[in-house]
Order: sequence, then structure tokens, then C-alpha cells
Amino acid sequence: MGMGSSDGTADEVVASALLKYAGDAGGVLPLLHEIQSILGHIPGDCVADIARGMGLSRAEVHGIISFYHDFHTEPRGATSIQVCRAEACQAMGSRNLEVHVKNRLGIDYGQTTADGRFSLQPVYCLGNCACSPSLRIGDDVFARVDANRFDELLVQYEG
Amino acid sequence: MKVKVFVPVDTTACALGADEVAANVALHAQNHGLDIEIIRNGSRGAFWLEPLVEVESVEGRVAFGPVAPADVGGLFAAGFPAPCNHPLSLGGLEDMDWLARQDRLTFVRAGIIDPLSLDDYQKHGGYAGLHKALQMSPEEIVGAVTDSGLRGRGGAAFPTGIKWRTVLNTAAQQKYVVANADEGDSGTFADRLLMEADPYQLIEGMTICALAVGASSGYIYLRSEYPRALKVLRQAIASAETANLLGRDICASGHDFHLHIRVGAGAYICGEETSLLESIEGKRGLVRFKPPLPAIEGLFGKPTVVNNVLTLAAVTTVLANGPDFYRDYGSGRSRGTLTVQLAGNIRRGGLVEIPFGASLRQLVEDFGGGTVTGKPAHAIQVGGPLGAYLPEQQWDTPLDYEAFAAVGAMLGHGGVVVFDDSVDMLEQARFAMEFCALESCGKCTPCRIGSVRGVELIDKIAEDIDRSANLNLLEELCETMDAGSLCAMGGLTPMPVRSAVKYFPDDFNKQPQG
Repeated sequence: MGMGSSDGTADEVVASALLKYAGDAGGVLPLLHEIQSILGHIPGDCVADIARGMGLSRAEVHGIISFYHDFHTEPRGATSIQVCRAEACQAMGSRNLEVHVKNRLGIDYGQTTADGRFSLQPVYCLGNCACSPSLRIGDDVFARVDANRFDELLVQYEG
Repeated sequence: MKVKVFVPVDTTACALGADEVAANVALHAQNHGLDIEIIRNGSRGAFWLEPLVEVESVEGRVAFGPVAPADVGGLFAAGFPAPCNHPLSLGGLEDMDWLARQDRLTFVRAGIIDPLSLDDYQKHGGYAGLHKALQMSPEEIVGAVTDSGLRGRGGAAFPTGIKWRTVLNTAAQQKYVVANADEGDSGTFADRLLMEADPYQLIEGMTICALAVGASSGYIYLRSEYPRALKVLRQAIASAETANLLGRDICASGHDFHLHIRVGAGAYICGEETSLLESIEGKRGLVRFKPPLPAIEGLFGKPTVVNNVLTLAAVTTVLANGPDFYRDYGSGRSRGTLTVQLAGNIRRGGLVEIPFGASLRQLVEDFGGGTVTGKPAHAIQVGGPLGAYLPEQQWDTPLDYEAFAAVGAMLGHGGVVVFDDSVDMLEQARFAMEFCALESCGKCTPCRIGSVRGVELIDKIAEDIDRSANLNLLEELCETMDAGSLCAMGGLTPMPVRSAVKYFPDDFNKQPQG
């Protein structure tokens, strides 16, 4: 939670992150993480500034952003929901859970609810495999989630 | 004296409500006028009992579990935190079969100590290995690791001593130690558990490695899916620096070792060591050609040790207790202990550390207690998403690297995922290809294109389109991916697919649905 809020303009956030990471060999990943954690996404029109500041080409920065599943250039919902699709969760019914979550939210993976509250993403393992199925809401991981439990959790986060 | 109450802060424990349990314990203690101290320990890995609450008593620690947030009131009514009769009372965990039958070397402190207390760590044997290493030459440290028989725990099982020796013998101004904490395999959580429960052990292991090979800088590459581990590691590194166990002139030895954390960004392929190095360098995680080996040209082109978290952790035991102590556990060429993670459809899931050599069946039946659903176990995937699905006739295979390789399977990082007979193995084979298509770095054709074609072929087989011809084609495709891929991603994706086709043929021969 807390994504999407901003204490400064995108330019200011990028400038201050560049001050922190420009001298750091390989600092572009932590830089992108920081920008995204503050702005909720990495605005496409910041790519040129990031490239200049890190001594990279725009193509290289775009290439990095598009390679990693975590990074995205479009805004998402206030709270991110990740459903684990990996094998240990499959063994405990995650295929049914993901259908339920999609229906309940009325969206597919990669989409945001109309009210802007929730975005849905797949995830491949949360390291919680002895108590599957798992999902993550914001930074909180939940174990042994079935359809009823998901509905309860959603009410709490809608609160 | 305050009564000490332990409530784990581990990801799985918290996913089952441990934070609420801790809050409720504090509240009820206050209401009962009891002076208690709540310690947020790591987990012992008995995840089927989480949230597992322990109380320090004169007879040792007594446990209660699994404690739901709503159970706390009833516990206090029964007399908690004093030893009391309550349905959730488990007594002392040292007597519990599930833990007593393990040989915990790497996980000996997990769940016992306060993860962030350096004092606790050192009282329980921590940093004994580093202090010994500080009295030894680099050759002697590498010699001890070689003699222990330790092999890489990330999955490839490469002899650790040989890797270290290569880095030691490669002259360079700058060398690096990298911990691969990108634990992406489904069914595995041992690295996470260790980092959350006993983070100094990883730091100590990396420091010993730095002394051995002559590295002054190190990175922990941690996956972004592990936010709790990140928090613990950051605090542990800061405390170790303050105590002069990291940073400049460690323990006044003249050696410097600066340790950094790099957080991944949701790419499974970055668990492959060369992709991981590219990612630390701030690039797309494209797999590199080998040679050159990372031990010769690794991070930023410098000689680099890349080891899994558990490998680096095991080194502390090797140094503290000597190579013979470690080597005396195990079977065949697999020495020491194996950390198995029981996951998926299993009643008593969690972390089991035992010497190599037990059978998969013993593990799943004796420790695991069968399936949660109560249906018969049907297929067991060992070694993560690139590991084989084993049918029942293979469950007596001993858990050692060579025995698994001999039946076309692999131990990998020790993940064991149990499926009951409701599983559709064609779906599992399709998922293996789908996952490879999603996570392929794209550098080599067999992996990038082969995985997409694999999904298409399996869909045709499901729909009974030229089934027999397409099954043959799928086998040929697997052969191409196996032989022609640059790394294990494309090279091993055929393993789950082939095992599913070979041992569960009925699922590939069903009438199409709808």
C-alpha cells in the first residue's frame, strides 16, 4: 500500500534518486526500485533523464525496465495483489483460487480495478510453499488462502 | 524475572497470523498484570505448527501450536505463560519426533535465537568458524572446505572447494563473493528461512569465503519476493559492521570485507549465476556464455565466487567443527546434510535437515505424514520447476545427487512438492513449458522459441490432434532444448515434461474436454 502517492514531482524524485545512485556501479536496479516505490510506477517520460544520469542509452534503460517483471511504466492500483501460480500452490488448488480472484475483482492479470484500488499480478513463488496456496497483498503474504479467505481479506483491505 | 515468550516473525508464521498472535499475547499479558518479554524469533521450520509460540520455563522451552490469534485468550485462561494443560500444548520441542530425528547443522539455531541478536548468535556457536579462519592461511581455509566434500546447494552440486581454489589462484586486484539468494524454485524456502532466522550465519560464511579467496567486497542478491528477509539482512549487516565483524579491518585482522545487498526484480532467470551477475551490474539478466567461468571473469569482469545461501552457511560449520565432522554425514559423493523442503499437498510441511541418503518415501511419509487432502500421493516433483515428477515406483530412490541423476531426476535445491491423484500431469507438463516461455532470458533459441512451441504442442496433444506424431515431436523438441540451450532454464525444462509423459501416460491419452 502507499503506492501511487508522491511527495514531489516525478522529476524531483528522479533527480534525487540519481544523486544517490549515479556513482554506484550497477546502481540502475536500486534506482528503478526507489523511483517506483515512491511514484508507484516509472513514468515513461523519465527514461531519458534516467539514461542521461546513469550514463546509459534510452534503449538500455527501456531494455532493463521491460526485462524485469517488477518494473512497469504505467500506473497501477493503490494496492497490488499477487497470486502465486507456481507448482506447490497448484498442488493445493491455486488454479481454482486464481479463477475466483479474477472473478471477484472483475479483472485479469496485468489489469487494475475500475475504482483504482487493486491491481492483479501473477507471482511465481513467495517462499511459503509448506502452507499453500499463497498470495501477497501489498507487502503482506497470506497462507492457505481459499475463496472465502480471499473474500475476507479483500473486505479488510477495502476497509 | 520477566518470562520470555517467543513468537516467530518468519514469513510463513506471519502469513498464518503470527503478528496478530504477538499483539494478542502482549495485550492479554497486560490485562493479566503479567510481566513478559516477547521475542520475535525465526521459525524452526515446522510450518505445520505455525504460529508456534514457545515459553521459557525452568525445564526448558515449552511450545504451543498452531496458535491462531483467536486462541490466545483461551491460552491465558488456562494459565499461559505458565506450563498448563491446553489442547495446543506441545511440551518441549526437543522431544518431538519430527525435530528430534533431524540432524540440524545449518539450521541448528533457526527458531531458537533472536535473529538480530549478535550476542545470541555467538552464544550459540556463531562466529566460531570465522575466528578459526582468521588464524588460517587462505590455502588452509580452501583446503578445509575441499576436504569437507561440500557441494553447491543451489542445485548444480559443484564442489565448493574447487570453485574457491580457482578464485584464490586467479590473481586480481579486486575479487568478489556473491550469495545467490534468488530462491525462485517453487517448493523451496530454506534460504528465506535461514536469512530470516539466522542471518549472521550467511554473513559469517561470506566473510570466511572472502578471507579464503582474497575478496574485499561482496553482494547478496536477494529476490524482491522476500521483503521480510531484506529487512532482517539490512539490520544484521549494520550490526555486524558496528561490531567490527564486517567492513574495514575485521576483528583487527587487517582484512576488509564490505557487504552489499542487491534486490532482484521478479526475474526467475536471475537465479542462474551469470544472469545474476549481469543483474548486479545493472543490466538485463541475460545469461552469459561459459567459459569464461565466473571464478575467473565474474562480477564486473573480476574473479568471483557465486554460491548459494546454504552453501555459504554450511561453511561456518565446516570451519567451526572441522571438515571431518561435516564429511562424516551423508552418503556416496553427497557429503554433509541435505535440506529438504516438504511442500505442496503435505500434512506436516516444512524444513527437514538430514544426512544425504534417506529415501524420498521416508521423507514424505514419516516426516510429511501423507497428504493434507487425505488422498493418495500421486506425483512428487523434486528440485523445483526444472525437476522431474517422480511416480511412486521411484520414491525409494535415496536422496543423493548421483542416485537422483541415475533415474533422470535431480535434487536441485531440495524442494519436494507433493501432488495427490487429482493432478492432471498434462497440465503440469504444459506449465513447465509455459513457465520457461515466461522466464526465458531470450538469448538462446532452443529455450526462447522451444518453450513456446512446447506449449503449442501440448495443447494439440490435449485436443487429440495428431497425438502420436505430436508426442514424438515433443520428445524431439525436448532433446533439442536439453542439448542446445545455453543454461539450465532451457536445458532442464524438458525434465519435468519428459517425466510427466513417460510415467503418467494416461494423462496424455485422454478424450479432449468440451
